[in-house]
Amino acid sequence: MRKLFFLIISVFLISKIAFAVTYNSNPKIFISELVDDAIKTLSDKSITKQEKNKFIEEIAKANVDIKGIGLYTLGKIRKDLDEKTISEYHVLFEKYFLKSLISRLTDYSDQKFSVIDSTQKNAKYTIVHSKIEEGSAQPEIKIDWRVYTKNPQKPLIRDLIVEGLSLAKTQKEEFASILNSNDMDINALLNKLREFVSS
Amino acid sequence: MLSKTLKIFVFGGYLFFASVANASDKECFEKVSRGIFKFNQGFDNVILEPLAKGYNKLPEPIRNGTGNFTSNIATLLSIPNHMLQGEFKMAGHATGSFLVNTTVGILGLANPASALGLKNQKEDIGQTLGSYGVGGGCYFVIPVLGPTTLRDTVGMVGDNLVDPFARITWHEREIKSISGTKVDYVGLKAATAIDFRGDNMTNFESLEKNSIDLYAATKSLYLQNRQKKINNSSESNDDDWGNLDN
Repeated sequence: MRKLFFLIISVFLISKIAFAVTYNSNPKIFISELVDDAIKTLSDKSITKQEKNKFIEEIAKANVDIKGIGLYTLGKIRKDLDEKTISEYHVLFEKYFLKSLISRLTDYSDQKFSVIDSTQKNAKYTIVHSKIEEGSAQPEIKIDWRVYTKNPQKPLIRDLIVEGLSLAKTQKEEFASILNSNDMDINALLNKLREFVSS
Repeated sequence: MLSKTLKIFVFGGYLFFASVANASDKECFEKVSRGIFKFNQGFDNVILEPLAKGYNKLPEPIRNGTGNFTSNIATLLSIPNHMLQGEFKMAGHATGSFLVNTTVGILGLANPASALGLKNQKEDIGQTLGSYGVGGGCYFVIPVLGPTTLRDTVGMVGDNLVDPFARITWHEREIKSISGTKVDYVGLKAATAIDFRGDNMTNFESLEKNSIDLYAATKSLYLQNRQKKINNSSESNDDDWGNLDN
C-alpha cells in the first residue's frame, strides 16, 4: 500500500514536470499565465539547470507554433520542396529552435513582467502587448507577442517582437541570406542547422 | 560660396539616388561588407568589448551619468529633426528636456526631465529623410561605425552639418562663446558607443551565440530598428505571415 502511494505521488510529480500546464484560451490571459509560470520556474533556485531546460522545452512545444515559425522562416522556397525534405527541415528546425531558446533563457534574471493589453488583428492573429519593467540595470522593454488563434481553444505563439524587432523576421532573413548565397540550395541551410544543433 | 553649392548638389544627388533605390534589403557590395563586418567583429573583440566590460564594472551612478550626458548632447540634434518632421510637440519636449537636464541636471549628468514627463526621443537626419518617404537605398557596412544604408550615410553627413555640438567641436566654430575641438567630438562618440555596448552586453552575446549567419541577423535587426524609429512606433508592421496555416 505504501509502495503504491509513493508510486502515485511519483507519477504525479513527474507528470507535473514533464507535461506543460494548459493555459487560458484568451490570448491576453494565455500570455500572462504562461510568462508568470515561466518566471516562477526559471527563478526557482531549487530547480536544477537540466530541469529548467526540460521545462522550457515542454512549455515551448506545447505553446509555440514551432512548425509554423519553421515554415515562415523558410520563406517562399517551402513551396518548391518535397515532403521528405520539409519533414527533415522540421525536425532540424525544432532542435535548432529549442536549443536557441534554452540558450537565450538560461541567463534569466528575476525581472518584473506585465501584460498591458491586446489587439485583435483578425480571426487568426492577436497581438498581446507587454513590458518588462524598468530595473536598475536596464530601461523598460516593450514586448509584443503574435498569437496565432486559428484554433480559438488553443492559442499558439508565432512571434516575439522586442522593441519593434521581430525575432521571426530576423530568423527568416538570416535563413534567406544562407539560401541566397548558395543558389537557393536547401541542403546548405540544413547543413548549417545540423552544425548548430550538434555544436 | 562654391563649396556650399557643391555640398547642396552632392546632398541633392544622394537624396535622388536614395529615393530611387529604396529597397534597403538589397546589398550595395555584399562581399566587401561581409569583409568589413568581420573586421568590425575583430575591432569589437579587441577594443570595444573589453572597454565595455570595464565600463560595466564602474559604479552605477557613473554609468548612468555617462548615459545621461551623451543622451542630453544628442538632444541637440533631435530638436531640429523634430522640427523638420513637423513634430513640434516632440521638439518642445526635447528642448525642455535639454534645458532642464543641462541646468538642474548638472550639464546633463542627471535626468530630472524624465521625472517631469519630458520625452527625449532621438532623431537624426536619416530618420527625417525616411519620414519624408526617402527609401533606405542599398545596405552596406562601414569600418568601425557598422551597418548603414545609403540614406543613413547621407543622414550622417547631414547630422554633422546640422548638429550644434558637431559645429562647435568637429568644425571648431564658436557659438555663444562656447568652443571645443575634434577630440571632444570623437570622445563623446566613443563614450556613446561604449555605453551602448555595455548596456547590450547580454544581447550581443546571445545574438552571436544563436545566429547561423550573424551578418544577416545584424542587417535584419539594423533595418527593422531604423524602420521602427522612422515610424516612431515599437509595433512591428510586418504582416507577411499572410495565409500561412498548418
